Order: sequence, then C-alpha cells, then structure tokens
Amino acid sequence: MRLTCPLCGERDRREFTYYGAAVYADRPEADAGPEAWDDYLHLRDNPAGETRDLWYHELGCSAWIEVTRDTVSHAVTATRLVAEREPPAAPKGRGRRA
Amino acid sequence: MRIAGKGLIDRSETVGFRFDGRDYTGFRGDTLASALLASGIRIFGRSFKYHRPRGVMTTGSEEPNALVTLGRGARQVPNVRATVQEIHAGLEARGQNAWPSIGLDLMECNDLFAPFFGAGFYYKTFMWPKALWESLYEPLIRRAAGLGALSGKSSDEAYEKAWAFCDILVIGSGPAGLMAALVAGRAGADVILAEEDSRMGGRLLLESHQIAGRPGADWAAEVLAELSALPNVRLMPRTTVTGAYDGGTYGALERVGLHVANPSGDLPRECFWRIVARRAVLASGAHERQIAFANNDRPGIMTAGAVRGYLNRWGVAAGKSVTVFGNNDYAHRTARDLSAAGVRIAALVDVREDVAVPGDFPVHAGCRVIDTAGRRGLREVVIADREGKVSRIVSDCLAVSGGWNPALHLACHMNGRPDWREDLAAFVPRAGMVPGLTAAGAANGAFSTHACLAEGVGAAEAALEHLGRRPPPTDLPQAEDAGVRIRAYWEVPEPKHRAWLDFANDVTTKDVRLAAQENYRSVEHMKRYTTQGMAPDQGKNSNVAALAILADATGRAIPETGTTTFRPPFTPVSIAAMGAGGQGRGFAPQRRTTSDGAARDRGAPMIEAGLWYRAAYFPRPGEATWRESCDREVRMVRERVGVADVSTLGKIDIQGKDAARFLDRVYTNTFSTLKPGRVRYGLMLREDGMVMDDGTTACLGEGHYLMTTTTAAAGQVMRHLDFVHQAHCPDWDVRMISVTESWAQFAVAGPLARELLNSVLEAPIDCEAFPFLSCGPVRVMEVEARLFRISFSGEAGYEIAVPARFGAALWRDIVARAESLGGGAYGMEALNVLRIEKGFITHAEIHGRVTAFDIGLQGMVSAKKDCIGKAASQRPGLTGPEREQLVGLRPIPAGRAIAAGAHLFDEGTAAVSSNDRGYVTSVCWSPTLRSYLALAFLKDGRARIGGRVKLVDHLRKAEVLCEVTHPVFFDPEGGRARA
Amino acid sequence: MPRLIETSACEGLLPVILPEVGLSELPFAPVTSVAPFAGKEKAVGTALKKLGLGWPGPGQSVRAGEAACLWTGRGQAFLVAAAPEGLAGLAALTDQSDGWARMRLQGPGAEAVLARLVPLDLRVAAFPEGAVARSGLNHMMMVLMREGPQAFQIMVFRSMAGSAVHELAVAMKALCARAALG
Repeated sequence: MRLTCPLCGERDRREFTYYGAAVYADRPEADAGPEAWDDYLHLRDNPAGETRDLWYHELGCSAWIEVTRDTVSHAVTATRLVAEREPPAAPKGRGRRA
Repeated sequence: MRIAGKGLIDRSETVGFRFDGRDYTGFRGDTLASALLASGIRIFGRSFKYHRPRGVMTTGSEEPNALVTLGRGARQVPNVRATVQEIHAGLEARGQNAWPSIGLDLMECNDLFAPFFGAGFYYKTFMWPKALWESLYEPLIRRAAGLGALSGKSSDEAYEKAWAFCDILVIGSGPAGLMAALVAGRAGADVILAEEDSRMGGRLLLESHQIAGRPGADWAAEVLAELSALPNVRLMPRTTVTGAYDGGTYGALERVGLHVANPSGDLPRECFWRIVARRAVLASGAHERQIAFANNDRPGIMTAGAVRGYLNRWGVAAGKSVTVFGNNDYAHRTARDLSAAGVRIAALVDVREDVAVPGDFPVHAGCRVIDTAGRRGLREVVIADREGKVSRIVSDCLAVSGGWNPALHLACHMNGRPDWREDLAAFVPRAGMVPGLTAAGAANGAFSTHACLAEGVGAAEAALEHLGRRPPPTDLPQAEDAGVRIRAYWEVPEPKHRAWLDFANDVTTKDVRLAAQENYRSVEHMKRYTTQGMAPDQGKNSNVAALAILADATGRAIPETGTTTFRPPFTPVSIAAMGAGGQGRGFAPQRRTTSDGAARDRGAPMIEAGLWYRAAYFPRPGEATWRESCDREVRMVRERVGVADVSTLGKIDIQGKDAARFLDRVYTNTFSTLKPGRVRYGLMLREDGMVMDDGTTACLGEGHYLMTTTTAAAGQVMRHLDFVHQAHCPDWDVRMISVTESWAQFAVAGPLARELLNSVLEAPIDCEAFPFLSCGPVRVMEVEARLFRISFSGEAGYEIAVPARFGAALWRDIVARAESLGGGAYGMEALNVLRIEKGFITHAEIHGRVTAFDIGLQGMVSAKKDCIGKAASQRPGLTGPEREQLVGLRPIPAGRAIAAGAHLFDEGTAAVSSNDRGYVTSVCWSPTLRSYLALAFLKDGRARIGGRVKLVDHLRKAEVLCEVTHPVFFDPEGGRARA
Repeated sequence: MPRLIETSACEGLLPVILPEVGLSELPFAPVTSVAPFAGKEKAVGTALKKLGLGWPGPGQSVRAGEAACLWTGRGQAFLVAAAPEGLAGLAALTDQSDGWARMRLQGPGAEAVLARLVPLDLRVAAFPEGAVARSGLNHMMMVLMREGPQAFQIMVFRSMAGSAVHELAVAMKALCARAALG
C-alpha cells in the first residue's frame, strides 16, 4: 500500500502509523455535552466505499495526514495535511445512532 | 533419454548430483527434472493420500507431482519443484512421502483402501469420540498423508528482502513479455523484466517455432542482448512475481543462491522483492490442462506441452514410444516435434472427429483414452473409438492436452473475477482487475506467437502512453498465427477406475461428483470438502476441470457455476525469505545507553524496556542472587548515594510563545504558572479520560520547556503532542522536537548525592539555592550540562544531563565517586523497589484503563481550564466507589511472599471472578521496611485503608491476607527529598 | 579537574570496508534543529542565506562546502556543520549534535545496499544529489541524503548505531556475495 504524504510524496505504508477515522480531528467544545463527546469518542461509521482516516507520518516528516480512500477498491483518492484542512463545514450533524 | 542435436543445454559441461541416495549426471542448463528424465527416472515421489507412484508432469513451477526435499539437517528444504530446481555440483535431493523409499513405499497399501478414502472421509469417519481427534486420529493422518517435512531446526542460511522501483514491470519473458520490454525499454522507460525461469524466453525455449525466419530461442537471445545493453532495463531471471498488491506494489521471490554450488555464507538463498511499478504487463503465459480419465496419474503421463518442451529445450525424450491424447490442435505439435526428432509416436488420439494430421504416425480421430496400465510407470494405453471398440497401445509416455488456461492468477489477486471464453474453453482476465496491470499474450488468451508479439507491443504502448512517453515505431517480426481450435473436453465419461483432477492432493472426479451429490454445490464448498486446489500447486493444473465437472454434475454452465479466487502467492514463498533479516539482532533495533558498555563490563544483566536495554542490577563479588544485589543497591540509595542511568526517559524540547498554553492543553494541571528554573510533575490523559503518561516538565527559560515522558510512552506522547498541535491548534506558535538521544542523563540519589555532585560541578550547589524541583545549567568537568532536582526514589535526588558524547565518561567517573562514598550504581530492580516504597506509579499502574481518580490524582485535573481528556474523565462511571482505586498492600505476616498479577477478594468470600475486588500491579521486597509491599487497585480502595483483603494468586497457588494501606509506604511527608 | 572524554556514536563499530561498498562514520559536527516560529519563515531564510545556505524545500538540502541545511520534516530543518548565527528568536533552535549517528555509505553498491533496508525510490531521477528523506532504515528512523552518484549520508538515532551498522553490514556482505557470482 502506498500513501502520498503532501510533503514527502508517495511513500510506503510502513512509514505511517494508522490512527482511525478522520472525525477524531474535530474535537467538540469542552462544554459540548455528553452526547457530543460520546459521539466524538466512541461512535464511528463503517462505510463500504469512501472513508477518511488519520495517518501519522511517523518514520517520515511527523505530519498528521487525512487520507481519503475506498474501503472496497482500496483506491486512495486524496491526502491532505490535518494542519491545513478547512474547519468542518457546519457544527457536526452526525446524530447519535441507535 | 537424450536426443542428439536437440536442446539448449551446454553439453560440454557435465554436472554430478544425487537423488534418493544415488549419483547421477546431467548438463549445465538442466533442471533436476530434465536430468532425471534423461537418466530414465520415472518415479519422482508418492502421492499425498494414496501413496501412488508419481512422475514429473510439467516443465514449470505449476508441477503437482515432482516435489523433492533438498539438503540435510537444518538446511533441509522440502517441497522443491524438480522442474524449477537447477542442478549443481553437490546438489542432494530426495523423493517425499514414502517409506522406506519412493521405489518401495509400504504406505502404498493406502491405495488398496481407496474406496473408503473419498471426499469427506476423515470428517465422516473420525467424528467420534471427539477426544481422540487430537491425540490419535490427527497425528496418524498427518503421518500417513502429506508432503515433505521441515527439519524443525533453526537454519543459519542467509535470506534477503529488497525494494525495487520502475515505470513498467513486465512479468514473464516469452514472446509477449520480451516484446513489451523491448518497446518500453527503447522508449526510455525504466523497465524491470521478471522471469521465473533461470533462462529468459518463456515458451520460445520449449517450442520449435520460428520468429523472423530463425529459431524462436535465437530471436529471444537477440532481444535479450539488446535489453541487456539498455541501462534503463533491469533483467531479473529466477524471479517469480508472487503477488499483486495495492498501489502498484508487487511481491516477487528471487532464487539467488539455490543454483550455486558451495555458496558463501553471506550469499542469500532467496530474496523477497517488493517491486513498485507505475504500470505492469502480465505476460505470464498459460498452463496446460490434463484430461481426467481412468488411471491418468501414472508416471509417464505428462502434459503434451511438457513432452515437447523437454525435447526442445533439454534434448530429452520422455519415452521411447509416445502416445499423444488431446482435444485441440496444439497437442499435434508434440507428435510432430517428437516424430521429427526420431522419437516413435505410437498414436495420436484426438477426441474430435474432423482432424487430419499429416505425419508418419497413426491418428485416431474421434477416440478417447479410457484406461492405462503399468504399476510403476505407464506401459500401455487403452483407447476406445466412437463405437466403443477398445484397443491397447504399448506406450511408456502419454502426452495429454486438455487445452490451455491463461496464467491469470496475479490479475485475480485484488479480488477481480475473470471472464469465461467459450471459444477458448478458458477463463481470461478482465481489463482493470488490478489497477495498472494489463495482460498480454497467452496470459490474455492470445495463443499464437504472432498474437503474443502483437499484444506485447500493444500493452507496452498503452503503458507508455499512460506514462506520457512516446512509443517508438515497432515492426512486428514474422511468426506463426494459428487460430485456437479446441473442443472443450474435461473427462472421459464413466471411468472404470479413479480419474484424477488434483494430482497433488489426490482429488478425483468421483470426489467432485460426490461433493455435488452431498449438496456442496458452491465451488467454494466443493473446494473445501474435497481439498481440490488446496495443494502447493493451488489448483493450477486442475481447478478449471474441477469446476467444469461440478458444473456438469449440478446441471449448470461454467460461468454460472463460478470460479475460485486466486490469492497471493502465485507460488509458495518461504517464510525465511519474507522474514529475512528478522532473526537474532535483526528482530528489532536495540537501543543502547551511553553507560551500556560500562554496565556490561560489570556483569550487569540487561532488561529490555521497549527497545532499550537497561541494567537490571550490578552484581558484586559474594552476591549469589539478584535479590542480594538489589537489596544492597536500595540500602545504598537510602543510606549513601546511588547512580542510575535514566537517559531512556523520553525528552521533548518545546519552544514558542504558545508553549505554556500548549502544555496547559495536554497536561491536566497548569504549566503556564511555572517559572524559569523550576520543574513540575504533570499528568497527561488520553481524550477518553484514561491516563496516558506522567512525568516532569522543566521550564528552561521564557517560552522554553523540556518535557520528560516515561521510557515506554515516549513515542506515543510525541505522536500525541503532534496530533494535538496539528489537529486542534495549528496556529499556535509552538515547536517540538525529541531530544531523548541528545542527552545522557543520570540520577544521583541519596543522602550524599549533593556531596558527590559538588565534587564534579565547577560551581557547587547548596540546598537553599537549588531547592527541590528546581533546574538550571551547570558545568561539569568543562562541559555544559543541565541539572534537575527531581527524585523518583524519595531521597534527595538530582538528575544530571550531559551531551551524549560525554555520557560514557561521566558515568564511569560518577559511579567511581559514588563507590568511594560507600554507594555505587543501581539498576532497574532497585529503582523499582525505591519507587514502590514511595508509591510512585509506572506503566504497571497506568496501563491504559485507569483514570486520574483511580490513582488518587483527581485533584490534578484543573477546574480552571480545558485539557485533553477532561470532559471524558468526568463522565459517570469513571469516578466513584465503583472504581478500583490505587492502594498499598502489606502481607500479614510481612515476610509472606506475594506476586504481581494476583487478585483481591474480601475475607471469607470464594476466590471466583464474581467476587473479584481488584488486582496487584507491582510487588517488591522492601529492605528498608523489611516487608513485602504491593501496589494494587482495589474497589473503593481508599475507603478500605486500614482494613484487610485476601490476595489470591491462582497461578502460583498462594493465598495471603494483606493489610490495605496508603500507597506511599515510606516517608509520606516527603521530607527526605527536600533535605 | 580533567575534561570529560568524548565518545563517538559509532565508536568501535566502523569503518566497514568491502569491495563494492564501504561504511564509515562522519566526523563530529554541530547539528541544530531549526524550526521557524510563526510568521518568521522568511526571516529564517534570510538569516540562513547570510550563512551561505538557505531554507530547503521538502525533501531537499542546501549545501555550501561542509555546511548544509537539510529539510527534516514539517517546518523543520537541520543545520549541519554551521553555528546557527542570527537565528535566535526567529526559530526554535535545538541542539541535535549528540542525538544522531552520522555515517557515509559509499561505493558502486551503495544504492543497492540501501534498497535492502529503505522503502524509498532511490533512482537518481527520483532521488538526485542533494535530495533528503526522512524514512526508515528498516525499523529505525533515519535522515538520508544523497551526497553523490554513489554516496549517501545516513543519520540514525545514536542509541541505535549498533543495530544500524549491523543491518547495513549484513546487506553489504550479501551484495558483495552476489557480485562475486558474476
């Protein structure tokens, strides 16, 4: 598996440490309430198709990277620096699922 | 039998080797299979289940029968294909799965019980009693069945792993692969041409075709000469591409030293390559199929392509009187080539009626082979015509062709399914099954030499276009362009005896039909029930025929019935190659401190802490056990002075005008109030509220901090800090870098610590000017150093840090000074006792499931600011009496030994999980307090201090009553550290 | 009082000289991590220019004689064999001189040796002279720079010098054994 670090270019997967879903970068406000925090900490989508997740270029430049990829085809469609991502469009609309 | 004037072997160089205890000779260029066939050997091994004599069937890595064991002792390698292994001086091979020998195998009696051994036999027979399965049935079955065995010894042979990168990877060097490499190479692309065989040329070496008016092998040699001269083309013979993976990565196994006589110890046996290619051309050719008829597994029955291949490439006639049996025109080539070389063709049998083959041999059109005879090798072929009239043909070799399957395996490695082509009676790759990979030539179902050359050019041009390179104009050389003429024919109906499909696993047509009858109609179920396709050849010789028979048995068409998926690897890859370099010192990097040499000189045993190696204790003459050394080192620190290497703790340099604000965010307590020259203990949580790590952070100057982490969590904390900064506050002006490796840092602790330090510091310190939790720059023996007054032992303690290049010298010096003061070096064991006596936690306690509340540090979570983990740490369930809380334990009586890992129960309750009240994390014998001590987590523990609890150690069979205490056992006021 | 004696990171380990390739330790030189503070990137570049260097782009280095400035990560470069004059206040400066074992791998087989341990495309077109990468030497964090067609500078953590030399030496010996096959 190959990932393109926005700084270092295309690199082998071994250089990166996987973290989890990209929503983890969008931390709620301290007083957002238990539901928002529960959602942020514990609830994740499990899509068949496009997904976004966090990778740390640990053996490389130490950048945190958001990778957009497809869980079915394994295609990596985009990568960007977590530090340079735009803030989430709206307050998180992801409702708590039953 | 060798045929004069035929073959590409070097007859000027004979090579001696041993097989099954006897000496043989062959020529340079021979495989083990070709040399043994030339020597008249017919039995290469015994079959998996029935122990039937088996001979070589193919010329390639798909060989199901001729698997041998090479070498002896630790260097024994099982299941080597005789068709792939090149002979060399000193080569020693043995047949497999036979006792005492492959010629006389007493296990052959299994064949007599064949009527009982059908599909599912073991499942049905050895069901009951269940207990006997592991102890009796399985070992018996395993001994009787199987292939070669591993030696069970550790091998000292070298293996290798490597990376390669290219624009275009060409897999296979037949006409399609050579042409693709040539076009891509001439266009200037970086090309890797990987070929499984020792010699490039693929099928051109095995056929008698002409290309551009000269023998195909000569044309191949010319192309290879041009490719060798191109600096942008890398030729990799003896290299099997074994897998296609994500992102254009391919796995490949190169046989580096397996063909070398007396290799040097440094020469790798094999190299496992990871090849990253922007585009790839799959020119892997095709595998010929057998036809299932009664007793079709006797030595001497081979694929038709192999029979003419042995003649054309190695000058070997596989028999004296050869019968050819087929359902397609390619089979006729075998009769023509052998006949032209003077080998007697006893008959050409074709299941089709409308065939006419010129030649001076009898042709039986519309006929089929219904049986064979010859217990130790083929003697007679029995055929029947369309009226059922039977005749017997004396023959010692039967060349069979049921058609050809494109070798499309790699195209399926990313879950793609191939297409069925009725005209070829074969599956062909579908475009785009593996991104960037294009099949060409026979691998794509294009079987004529002309079509292979043309598809090779086409695939290269498409790849070049994708890479933005202009393909050079290419003239296609003249070559045969015969169309495919085949009638799908999988089995001769109603065989009187068993008809084999999967030779390597002893699966017959009857087994597949039985599976269908018992309703294993899915190909995946049939495969698992019969083990069809699960042998080392992974069904290369038999899967399509088995599928066709399943389709017939279930009344479905082949595409409707499906196909099995091919997974990596294409051929077996030795674990030694994949794990190359991982033995011994290569298993993981070893991190050594600057005191490592001095510690080992003192005979200190080393403890692994993450990747670091740390001294456990420093034995002195007369000390017989680790405990004696450890107790002495603890007393040394409490009464005199001890020196310990603490360089392995993580150290992170943090700078910037937002550095203090950042520390406030990652630590639970406040650091923005910390003044330069001061040190503060900090607690760090994960966002889920659990404790991540703890340590001290020193303020070195305005906006400049030095954070320490535990040894174990250094990497995790660095990753976490980078995350918090980059994800949550990228605009904050804060910069971080690890300085763990830059500094050698030694703890100096004990009542005489200051006296020792003042003997090496250029400017002495005193207690008032350098109080507890202060830090500052110092000079030690003409070197700029840092001094921190912190203590992990509870004694007056300092940590002195020098640039690492001075570490070894400073260590030797201060240890000698400590010894002259009645102290000395102490190791991890004493360090552990000292901290347990003080109730200081390590990752034994903060193991990922405890909160600040659990360890009694809830007061450190500042109410005035947000921090990572704060919201979650306050949620219901993470605080309160239901939590297991950190306490101390002292056994009653004090001398009763206890151990970490034991569980806690209320007195008078049974030691069962429903009564569990907690567990012990750390234990030591305290020479200071003359008692065993433990740190433990006990449900509502803080409320139970002063009471008793029962400690039960199921593992060591111990039950000890303990007093519950405060976790700080020694000097609870902390006066000693401040003295 | 005597001055403390220095010990080099690869003391007793190097050199390893084989027919196709050699590995040697580089002499001690100051190494300073330079991480520009917010908004000070230009000023840092100017200060580095005064030293005859400059701020390197990702994967690059700026070299002048023995001195060099190597890109080593996001917003970070290593200034080697030059004092960080004029940079105080503009960037976080951190002494890294003692943190790394610095080695040179040189010879016709150098690139092939690295291909055994480094998951990088090291073909000259992809990794030309002066190119720098943070990557792994097998499992070890590494800074790699191509110094010339057949020469690379390798930096690994000081504590791992023994493991790094061991792994490089194994790969070097295997390469020479292959070359001896002809």
